[in-house]
Amino acid sequence: MKSKLAAAPYLIWMAVFTIVPLGLVFYYGLTDQDGNFSIDNLSRMGMYTNIFFRSIWLAVIATVVCLIIAYPLAFILSRMDTHKQGTMLLLVMLPMWMNFLLRTYAWMTLLETNGVINKILGFVGLGPFEMINTQGAIVLGMVYNYVPFMILPLYSVMTKIDNSVIEAAQDLGSNSRQVLMKVIIPLSKPGIMTGITMVFVPSVSTFIISRMLGGGSNMLIGDLIEQQILGTSYNLNLGASISIVLMIFIFMIMAVMNQFDDEEMEGMII
Amino acid sequence: MENNNGTIISLKDIVVEFDGERILKSINLDIKDKEFVTLLGPSGCGKTTTLRIIGGFLNADSGDVYFGGERINDVPPHKRNVNTVFQRYALFPHLNVYDNIAFGLKLKKMPANEIKTKVKEMLKLVNLEGYERRSITKLSGGQHQRVAIARALINQPKVLLLDEPLGALDLKLRKEMQVELKRIQQSLEITFIYVTHDQEEALTMSDTVVVMKDGNIMQVGTPVDIYNEPVNAFVADFIGESNIISGMMRRDFLVEFAGKEFECVDRGFDRNEIVDVVIRPEDIEIVPTIQGQLEGVVESVIFKGVHYEMVIDTLDFKWLVHSTKCEEVGTNVGMRVAPMDIHIMHKTTEE
Ligand SMILES: Nc1ncnc2c1ncn2[C@@H]1O[C@H](COP(=O)(O)OP(=O)(O)OP(=O)(O)O)[C@@H](O)[C@H]1O
Ligand SMILES: [Mg+2]
Repeated sequence: MKSKLAAAPYLIWMAVFTIVPLGLVFYYGLTDQDGNFSIDNLSRMGMYTNIFFRSIWLAVIATVVCLIIAYPLAFILSRMDTHKQGTMLLLVMLPMWMNFLLRTYAWMTLLETNGVINKILGFVGLGPFEMINTQGAIVLGMVYNYVPFMILPLYSVMTKIDNSVIEAAQDLGSNSRQVLMKVIIPLSKPGIMTGITMVFVPSVSTFIISRMLGGGSNMLIGDLIEQQILGTSYNLNLGASISIVLMIFIFMIMAVMNQFDDEEMEGMII
Repeated sequence: MENNNGTIISLKDIVVEFDGERILKSINLDIKDKEFVTLLGPSGCGKTTTLRIIGGFLNADSGDVYFGGERINDVPPHKRNVNTVFQRYALFPHLNVYDNIAFGLKLKKMPANEIKTKVKEMLKLVNLEGYERRSITKLSGGQHQRVAIARALINQPKVLLLDEPLGALDLKLRKEMQVELKRIQQSLEITFIYVTHDQEEALTMSDTVVVMKDGNIMQVGTPVDIYNEPVNAFVADFIGESNIISGMMRRDFLVEFAGKEFECVDRGFDRNEIVDVVIRPEDIEIVPTIQGQLEGVVESVIFKGVHYEMVIDTLDFKWLVHSTKCEEVGTNVGMRVAPMDIHIMHKTTEE
């Protein structure tokens, strides 16, 4: 009884801030401007296939890059002396203390055609390179902003891997690659899953990064939704429909991810 | 492969330091092929560290490790023909019992059905038949230990390192596993390097016992040698409860302690050298006071199953005595010791 009582505030919180808004999204998504049931908006989704495809593709690349950067880093961190780990973790978190917009603006000035990087390259006679307003810039923005969300969950599962388990694997004849494949990756799988979710979901739905670094030609789903709700083509119902489709996509991708068992995981990474 | 008169592993002047503190102070040890060697010593004396040097998990700050006459300082653990039963088991939590035990064989790419038979054999050996599919996280401490033994043993290494492999077992299972391990060691002809701080286990199982203290080897010898001829009071005390009392060597074959002179069988000490006198509790005979060399009052009696353990107070010393006869607390008794049961040792000078 007591535990039920204690759970009440959280249940109310969830009802007010999760279930009700979700209900509203579905309500708007499945009605037309006059409030009548309609799936017109959903059936118009074909128009935006390109944008969906681009969003998911860029988010996947950003997630993979984050994983590649974060995995070795998290492992090295987890093997350091405890007091060094604290300092290093602080360094990882430090950029997150700065405002998200500010960080992304900083990249704008760096990447511009007459920005800092091109100027420096100019001194050695290179460039100028077209960096801003490309898909590469968007991926860079996503990776830069979201890589800590990959590092932290990985780090937290890896600190739980005892050194003696790694030694046992070596003892039984595993070389470094086999230790990684047969012990470290399987044991850090929960962290990999969480990290992927925490990078992929904000990446696939971002609109600020793509607007600031991607220029007009690289619209993502986030931009599209924002346009419907706050922007020029004001159409709440269409915006909600797109959100529903995006949610379904994310849900499906996560479901597929969780299907991977250890064997497939190994195959995927080799 | 085994040159050097059948020596399989040889440690030469091994020094290990952690944070500037010397943990192993120039260890020299030769281990013969197919031998059952036990490292015995109190907690923190460097037993696990010595095993880690042999296993390749730790590099010595100086000194060399030889395997069959070859220097293996730079050979990584996975290329050493050595397997380890780790002190804290170190089982793979993401694998079940079967896959833990099969781990080494799978790496060797052994055919699956062959692995299956071998794992079955191993499980039978360690008394865990039917546990194949059990998750590692759902085993008791003793079951963990037995899986760890099976996982290492299944690879049939030339040398098996066992770091207190029976520590978590109850007495009965422990005795059974002791016999079982000894039998396995003899039938598979594997060299066992066994770590324990249980002296009884060391004495019953080993061909050779290595007694360690504070990163030094105190004595190497057969269990009988170590028990009967301990080189110093530390070994004597560690290897079995002992009465250790300060004495003075009057001359060859005559020692003075507890205010009396005793005949003994030791010689070669300086005249009037201060020595440690070691007498085992079971070597003290209780006699009527008139016949006693020493006289004291029974202070306490504990029944120990086979014998009574008594503390007898002679005012300057409390003697531990084992006897099959029970004496009343508070009675005056006499004690006698045969000359050959009086062991004289040089005082150990602490470095
Ligand atoms: N990685 C390490 N860093 C610092 N000190 C260490 C390290 N490993 C061991 N030591 C120290 O070295 C000493 C010897 O340790 P070791 O593990 O070899 O002892 P042991 O004889 O196996 O003891 P026990 O019977 O308790 O297992 C201890 O004082 C221990 O604190
Ligand atoms: Mg130890």
